[in-house]
Amino acid sequence: MTYDLTFAKEVYQNSEEGHWIKMCMQCGVCAGSCPMGFLGAWKHSPRQIFQMVRAGMRDEVLGSSDMWMCTSCYNCIVRCPRNLPITHIIHGLARYASVEGKADPKQPTHLFAKDIFWENIVATGRVGEAALTMKLYFKDGIGEGIKQGLEMKDAALGMMKAKRLKPLPFRGKIKGYPGFKAMLKKAFELEQQKEGKA
Amino acid sequence: MKEYSFFPGCSSEHNASAANMETSVQSMCKMLDIKLNEIDDWNCCSASIGYAGGGVIPRLSLSARNFALSRQQQGDRDLVATCAACWLSMRETNERLDHEPELKEKVNIALKEGGLSYEGGIKTRHMVEVLIEDIGWDTMKSKVTKPLTGLKVAGYVGCQTNRPFGVAGDSFENPQYLDRMISLTGATAIPFAKKVACCGGALMFSEQEKSCQLTRDILQCAVDGGADCIVTPCPVCQLNLEVYQSKINQLFGTSFKIPVLYYSQLMVLSWGGSWNDAALHQQVVQPDVLKPFA
Amino acid sequence: MEKKIGCYICTGCGIGDALDVKALGNIAAKEQKIPVVKNHEFLCGSDGIELIRKDMAAEGVNALVIVGCSHRVKTEEFRLGVTQMDRVDIRDKCLWILNVPEGDETAEEDRQMMAEDYVRIGCVKVKKMNEPHPYVAATPFSKEIMVVGGGIAGLTAALEAARTGYNVLLVEKEEALGGKVARMHKVSPARAPYNKLEENPLPKLLAEVKGNKHIRIVNNTVVQKTVGAPGLFDVTLKGNGGTSVERVGSIIIATGYEPYDPGKLEKRLGYGSSPDIVTSMEFEEMAKSGKILRKSDGKPAKRVAFSLCAGQRDSSHLEYCSGACCTYSLKQALYVIENHPDASAYLIYQEVRTPGQMEDFYRKVQNEGGVFIKGDIQQVSSTPSGLTLEVDDKLLRQKIKMDVDLLVLATGMETTVDTQDPNSASPVGKQVDDLPGSVLNLQYRQGPGLPSLKNNFPDSHFICFPYETRRTGIYVAGPARRPMGIAASCTDAAGAALKAIQVVESVARGAAVHPRAGDLSFPSFREEGCTQCKRCTEECPFGAINEDEKGNPLFNPTRCRRCGTCMGACPQKIISFANYSVDMIGSMLKEMEIPEADDEKPRILVFACENDAIPALDMVGRGRSALSPYIRIIPLRCMGSMSLVWIADAMSKGYDGILLMGCRHGTDYQCHNVRGSALAEIRLSKVSETLDRLQLESDRVKMVEVNIMDAETLPQVINNFVAAISELDPNPYKEF
Repeated sequence: MTYDLTFAKEVYQNSEEGHWIKMCMQCGVCAGSCPMGFLGAWKHSPRQIFQMVRAGMRDEVLGSSDMWMCTSCYNCIVRCPRNLPITHIIHGLARYASVEGKADPKQPTHLFAKDIFWENIVATGRVGEAALTMKLYFKDGIGEGIKQGLEMKDAALGMMKAKRLKPLPFRGKIKGYPGFKAMLKKAFELEQQKEGKA
Repeated sequence: MKEYSFFPGCSSEHNASAANMETSVQSMCKMLDIKLNEIDDWNCCSASIGYAGGGVIPRLSLSARNFALSRQQQGDRDLVATCAACWLSMRETNERLDHEPELKEKVNIALKEGGLSYEGGIKTRHMVEVLIEDIGWDTMKSKVTKPLTGLKVAGYVGCQTNRPFGVAGDSFENPQYLDRMISLTGATAIPFAKKVACCGGALMFSEQEKSCQLTRDILQCAVDGGADCIVTPCPVCQLNLEVYQSKINQLFGTSFKIPVLYYSQLMVLSWGGSWNDAALHQQVVQPDVLKPFA
Repeated sequence: MEKKIGCYICTGCGIGDALDVKALGNIAAKEQKIPVVKNHEFLCGSDGIELIRKDMAAEGVNALVIVGCSHRVKTEEFRLGVTQMDRVDIRDKCLWILNVPEGDETAEEDRQMMAEDYVRIGCVKVKKMNEPHPYVAATPFSKEIMVVGGGIAGLTAALEAARTGYNVLLVEKEEALGGKVARMHKVSPARAPYNKLEENPLPKLLAEVKGNKHIRIVNNTVVQKTVGAPGLFDVTLKGNGGTSVERVGSIIIATGYEPYDPGKLEKRLGYGSSPDIVTSMEFEEMAKSGKILRKSDGKPAKRVAFSLCAGQRDSSHLEYCSGACCTYSLKQALYVIENHPDASAYLIYQEVRTPGQMEDFYRKVQNEGGVFIKGDIQQVSSTPSGLTLEVDDKLLRQKIKMDVDLLVLATGMETTVDTQDPNSASPVGKQVDDLPGSVLNLQYRQGPGLPSLKNNFPDSHFICFPYETRRTGIYVAGPARRPMGIAASCTDAAGAALKAIQVVESVARGAAVHPRAGDLSFPSFREEGCTQCKRCTEECPFGAINEDEKGNPLFNPTRCRRCGTCMGACPQKIISFANYSVDMIGSMLKEMEIPEADDEKPRILVFACENDAIPALDMVGRGRSALSPYIRIIPLRCMGSMSLVWIADAMSKGYDGILLMGCRHGTDYQCHNVRGSALAEIRLSKVSETLDRLQLESDRVKMVEVNIMDAETLPQVINNFVAAISELDPNPYKEF
């Protein structure tokens, strides 16, 4: 039933900064401030997503690709007259959708941010841009990877020539990597407890 | 000499995308008698898309580890970042851990696994803030020996150096500091409507066409305003605006070929630094328009 | 005592450098025969003031022409206890509005001519003034204040007035005091941090009122009729089996509101179809009795929906927002949430409107989990498990269904004051002794109720004088005046109490209340000249004038605001004030010098309202905007006082054009005297007859609306008019 508050309460509790959603007054400044809105990149603006949370539309919210369209420009945050940390709320909902298994694993930003970018950091402690690029190109298989690589060949060559891209996608781990890894392991345990998944 | 703890970030590494920023910032600091002491063994801040893989505790632990290392190595010396995303992540970590004791406790449990702890008390500064607040406009201006007279520059502040924290109390909608920096080098800052528009940021990787549309609009605005080049403080902006020009031209049938530089490169050149000091040899779109000032 | 005028010309602020002050002095002394004429380089300084005071003491000067700056500055300095005085402005509205290039002799001459004309008319004005004698009535003035209505607003007004020492007569029609607030459970916050429900303030207030020796409480009583005027109201009270007459000085109406009849609402809101659909007042009583239950089956009501408009802002019901319903629904949502840990409150709204400090309270309810849905309820149906609402959800952009236990309709407010359209024909001779439903049953020529502007609420000047009505000495407070909640009603009541005190004190001194506060004059009338045309009794914006059976005006000086509308209305020119008359303004405009047609110096007479147009002109001067040197400004106390005789006189005298600058009129009027500028416009529509008779173009006379904030556009308005007049041939009457 619409406006059953079970899902809203779940989000207020579990999703990062989700409790702020109840404070939205639906003015729409976020919608008008989002650069992706002008491109029609999302179906529901932040304020609409918030109302859908209140209305209990769990599947529609968590399955939506709208949250993954955030460029992290923070325009909505600075303009929100109610001081809601909208960018963080949207990030939180995206992550919560991912954790709940509701986000499409092939959604490009979901895939890139979680499986490529985050894993890249975890692997060595720092971002290896060359490796990142390679993985990105080959996310849809070898054929697609070569095609994409060729499309961006000029740019990549330019970067290498300017000594701003490593020719080989390899980098070593940071010195304190074992401690770093242990830290992240513990951090994830704590995070899962918080998200009610432990 | 002024000394700072320094967090360069992944893109400022050797052979990384913002190596030109790193080189020019180092030259600039040398000319200002500033010493940047790099945090030994720092790790990635997780930037703006780290949220997807890490929740709040893993994400903030990453930056907390950098703070912990900085404190170990350099006490409570101010921590300076040059990258917008690094600066933002570090500041966010600062603010949240200082205001949310429960979160701080959990992050410290994680940090303890690596033998570290977050204590707080280190101020996070953007390089631009150091210039404005610690060096001052007058000093910066007095350094100019080769004024970039006649050069028309679109000052592109972008997002994350500007929001949500902002630099030196400047406006979110129409910040002035970058135009002021451009002007002090002798160049002309053109009125630039896309000054704080978004370039697509990290979504250039996952939503390339949409991001290219945003970037195209920014480039078009600069060209329409008669800019000879674009200047920015942000490495993601610089990358998207410069390196993707060929892709944009291919997608939209445009013919952009406009140099995109860092404020530090402009400063170094106007202060009499060499082409290479300013890392102008590390550009993808060649900044020939600056040749007369070299 | 014989009048002796002193004319003092200030040469400071550049006046002495720009103008031939000696020539100005000669105008006053030789031409106007003013016995004492002096200059001073700093007249508003202590030396200058001392100079005037000395002459008053030693020379017997008792009337003043002060030549210098605008009367709106240095008011304290020139407050010398002189009732016959004029401030002649040759600085702000002459020096500062004229662009005189260095060495331009023509421009200098024009400026000198303007200043000389202003000195002339200042002298004439004071010569035409008489000493005003304050009005004294045949019977004593009362300072007692009557408050009608013993709800939160009435009790507050009574207590506020009584605390300052005034006697209060509090009239309540019911047995018990307290009104609607007495029925309330708790109230929305009235103090910082504005986010907590507060205990009902009524018991404490009631105890204070009952314990105050200055307050006489009369319950079970209504007002049968009201005769008289401020200071002299004779009120007939009816109740407790008899009638009595009380004399009071002023009246506060605090009779509150009537909630809109829910039975009139559309079927879609379902009122009457289920006992679980209730009004806010009914829900309030449920909460007060501690029973937030479904009336249908007595089960706890855990899911409660509120319809934040129920007929408001709907042209087929109440066109206006009632201002307080969002706030009291927020309050009631908290009752629900605080009643059960798993309860939910849904606020279905058009726009959430929380005026005053209630934004924080709105946040509080959001934070406590209140759910806000922008949309319309399209249908309510009863099911065995409760109510099902069909809502057109404008945020989700779809029609949704939701189940609730209770639906609360936040109905709007209607005033309880009987009002009338001020423009409708008013009943004469139909005053009745008893008029059920009328709060005061005023025995006024213009009708028994208070004039309204829209939505039946009694009207007051919406910017400057919100606590007023169009009946002097009668003030309305609380939702009887306009829709409002408890906190606003209390503030309103305190404001009304102050106004009620102000009027009884002014009346006792024989002085006017605003906008001519302190004016001791009042209209006098030459009875033998009256033709019983009734224009004055019909037009008075404040209903100050009654009529006898023959149609002769009966003035009530304490109701009068001295706007002069009656004077401007009178075709016989028989109404005047000691300090303002048709003859005075007529003589002033005739005294100015009109250059011959060959000189090519046209003259444009500007009649400017003192309340808005004159301040706007002062701002033009302060901004040093250049105006035409051909204008001559005569301030009028209100456009309502404008007599058509002046138009004819000015045209005969040879002015080329006349510009009248009055306040905005209509629904958003800004006229300080409510209808003055509107009436002037109506009179002016008949001016073409005069012009036709003189064979002049009707374009020569124009009226414009000037707002106090119009300083930026005003120069263009004036200069365009001057340019248009210059296109015409010179007024042929110049030659006569």
